[in-house]
Amino acid sequence: MKKAEVVAIVALLALLVAPLAMDRYLLSVFVLVFWAAYAGQAWNVMMGFAGLLSLGHSLYVGLGAYAAAALFVHFGISPLLGLFPAMALCMIAGVVVGWLGFRFRIEGVYFALLTIAFAEVARIGFDHLTWTGAAGGFFLPVSRETAGQWWNLRGGPLFFYYLSLGMALAALGICWALRRSRLGHQWLATREDAEAARAIGINVTRARIVAVLISAAMTSLAGVFYAFYYNNLFAAQIFDMSRSIDIVLAPIVGGIGTLFGPIIGALILIPLGELLTEATRALGINAPGVKAIFYGLGLMVIIALAPGGVWPAIARRLGIGEGRR
Amino acid sequence: MSLLRLDGVSKRFRGLVAVDNVSLTVEAGTVFAIIGPNGAGKTTLFSLIAGALSLDTGAIAFDGARINGLRPDQICMRGLARTFQIVRPFPALSVHENVAIGVMARESNVALAFARAEESLRAFDLWDKREQRASALTLPDRKRLEMARALATRPKMLLLDETMAGLRPPEVDRVVETLRALNRDTGLTIVMIEHVMRAVTSLADRVHVLNHGATIAEGPPKQVMRDPKVIASYLGAEALG
Ligand SMILES: Nc1ncnc2c1ncn2[C@@H]1O[C@H](COP(=O)(O)OP(=O)(O)OP(=O)(O)O)[C@@H](O)[C@H]1O
Ligand SMILES: [Mg+2]
Repeated sequence: MKKAEVVAIVALLALLVAPLAMDRYLLSVFVLVFWAAYAGQAWNVMMGFAGLLSLGHSLYVGLGAYAAAALFVHFGISPLLGLFPAMALCMIAGVVVGWLGFRFRIEGVYFALLTIAFAEVARIGFDHLTWTGAAGGFFLPVSRETAGQWWNLRGGPLFFYYLSLGMALAALGICWALRRSRLGHQWLATREDAEAARAIGINVTRARIVAVLISAAMTSLAGVFYAFYYNNLFAAQIFDMSRSIDIVLAPIVGGIGTLFGPIIGALILIPLGELLTEATRALGINAPGVKAIFYGLGLMVIIALAPGGVWPAIARRLGIGEGRR
Repeated sequence: MSLLRLDGVSKRFRGLVAVDNVSLTVEAGTVFAIIGPNGAGKTTLFSLIAGALSLDTGAIAFDGARINGLRPDQICMRGLARTFQIVRPFPALSVHENVAIGVMARESNVALAFARAEESLRAFDLWDKREQRASALTLPDRKRLEMARALATRPKMLLLDETMAGLRPPEVDRVVETLRALNRDTGLTIVMIEHVMRAVTSLADRVHVLNHGATIAEGPPKQVMRDPKVIASYLGAEALG
């Protein structure tokens, strides 16, 4: 067995056993890590593989969350079924964004602006949609009868720990398979040089649309998870630009276009945020923005030390293939 | 049998007529050269054929069917592959990946595509450099990569845009030999834009000369090189320059 495989298996076993010794708080931190790794992996399909910069992924988180929550609250539909319409809705939204972008040749940062615009429109829309609570928030009932109903995504911290871990691992597996597939190679070609890709027979528009579809569908599940984990949804939070930024940070810090980048990035950034929260509280600094300043400084240091991402830097040290993006 | 046929093809960029009513026919299995001074419209003509630019007037037929109006990827799938004068490798990918993605145009199995890339890589002396990133290659190697990647799509016709430029004479001879072998052994039809005259004279069956977007001569190399109009507008200028 190769060294990397041993490391992976040990890490996996540790992740499976460790939660039994964790308190509620630590479990919640790991849920955030896995969630960020999952969403980052989904975003990476568009940016890292196909070269499409989305800064509006909160759109798919929000739509997925609201769709599954509304089906559950209003019709009693289990989120395990509700996730399919939630996915479909996000894929439709993705196709609309993608089609507009590709039809009118809106590329690069302008495409990113388009994705932000759609997330903003959704935020304003859901802020006024009374069917899902409008600005007052949308609340999922938490009752004794439903407690422990895993098929309704009802459970304690351990349940959500393993669920989010499973999602992060599944996303890793999906991205691994995509990266090795013909489509994955065609995405890389498209990312590197769209015109050259067309010249060797790649239908660039189709490849891009498929990337958006897969990324949107994956991200919608991050939204479904969010809804049933927090049990409350506020359009102003879930569709917020800052959520989109949070999603992109982990893969950027970890290494855009790599398989382990989103995971490593999440493992660094979420604990960093938590540490800073704890530190500022312990030191009695409660001026607004102090945490953000230190978080920003931390980001700058990491990016200065590992400009291509932390994972490629580690992989190069260990002599593993993924040093290249 | 004619493989490629252009009828009255024109393209203007705002005021400038880059390609002016060009008609030509390329027979299957031949090597066809397009020459002309800088700015004559040669690259533009390639972009029109390959579908990267749209025609203003005229029609293009390939392998018996009209191709103008098709997308570049569709034209590639019909069997017409082009290289870019200003090379466009996929920089962050390895040389092997670059070529294997070309093979994937017709091979959906990724492992097989990587295996089949060997042929094109060897033809252009890139096999030993297959692990390198394309961005690490020298310009002559990038030119060879352009050709290897285009060839990997298994075209009936290859459009080569100044692929000898920047190569040293022994390297030119090597590429000429490779292209000659491909043409002879596989029947690959080649259309080349070339300033390197020794490559043109040793390979081409026919030469087409453009000047200011318009055709000024066409014929076998020896005949074209003696044409006073060609000497005045192109060869003479080269000799003086
Ligand atoms: N996209 C474009 N927009 C505007 N003008 C263009 C464009 N592409 C080419 N041209 C102009 O069209 C004319 C023909 O250019 P083209 O590149 O086809 O020439 P060429 O024969 O390939 O020259 P060279 O030998 O230098 O490669 C030139 O005057 C060029 O400036
Ligand atoms: Mg040119």
